[in-house]
Amino acid sequence: MSAAKSESPASDAVGHPDHEAHGHGSFRGYMTGFVLSVILTAIPFALVMTGVLSANVTAMLVMAAAVVQIVVHMIFFLHMNTKSEGGWTMMALIFTIVIVAICLAGSLWVMYHLNVNMMPGAHQMTGMG
Amino acid sequence: MSVHTIEAALSADKPAFHLEEEPHHPEGSSTMLGFWIYLMSDCLIFAMLFAAFGVLGGNYAAGPAPKDLFDLPLVALNTAMLLFSSITYGFAMLAMERGKVAQTQTWLAITGLFGLCFLGIELYEFAHLIHEGATPQRSAFLSAFFTLVGTHGLHVTFGIIWLVTLMVQVARRGLIAANKRRLMCLSMFWHFLDVIWIGVFTFVYLMGMLR
Repeated sequence: MSAAKSESPASDAVGHPDHEAHGHGSFRGYMTGFVLSVILTAIPFALVMTGVLSANVTAMLVMAAAVVQIVVHMIFFLHMNTKSEGGWTMMALIFTIVIVAICLAGSLWVMYHLNVNMMPGAHQMTGMG
Repeated sequence: MSVHTIEAALSADKPAFHLEEEPHHPEGSSTMLGFWIYLMSDCLIFAMLFAAFGVLGGNYAAGPAPKDLFDLPLVALNTAMLLFSSITYGFAMLAMERGKVAQTQTWLAITGLFGLCFLGIELYEFAHLIHEGATPQRSAFLSAFFTLVGTHGLHVTFGIIWLVTLMVQVARRGLIAANKRRLMCLSMFWHFLDVIWIGVFTFVYLMGMLR
């Protein structure tokens, strides 16, 4: 960050102090994110392809790995933090997460119960999220 | 501190430093936030498609199920392509920060090639599925699958078109402030697509195989 700051006045006449928090990573940061992503991708694929654990445990681990990997991408690749753009990117992200959670949980919950109530016994609802 | 500088500059009757950059400031400073908000709205589109897949993903209409269709090694290869393209785009951004035009262009080209590999593998997979009779019309599961994965593929396609456009821009005008800003927007778009793909391979392919 300090390198980017000292460089920016020399590199172009147009100063944009707000940009420093955005889009600028370090080689170390990108490599950390990449290695973590590879590990967090390899684990769920290996678990599902080998089938060493029971389906329920595998599903939990696969979803946990996905959540962690999304956070890793957010931090190391998208450079999310609470300070960029005066905190407004984080506010937009939190708002989006709330809406996404309502939509996903609401859709699955409502449709699951609709199916269960409309087709008692006749339909086996396996694997509803 | 800035107040002091302004007063000092005004009292000394010299051009104030901040006034020179003031007219340029709004041009770039709101782009990143605006583009981020676009990405968030795009995220909502994918959330709806994920919700549709979550609701309909088990409705096979006596047709093929994920276990009969998906080839996990191929999906793993596809995931690797997108992950490699993410890290090479990161290297392009680092080269851009150092002001190295040739290096930036090289990393962008490599990113584009990985993106094309991803698309090629995805199209091969789609062609294979359709050849086996697993068309989007076959069942609600397949409609939701093709819509979700296809929308992501379409985003990658437009990302590659955008990438080529920016490579031409950089070749013609160099790493000027406007081009840097555009490259940063595409960077966010590209990494965002990788984040969506995490959701796709987790919920569509891996969880599909567990059903």
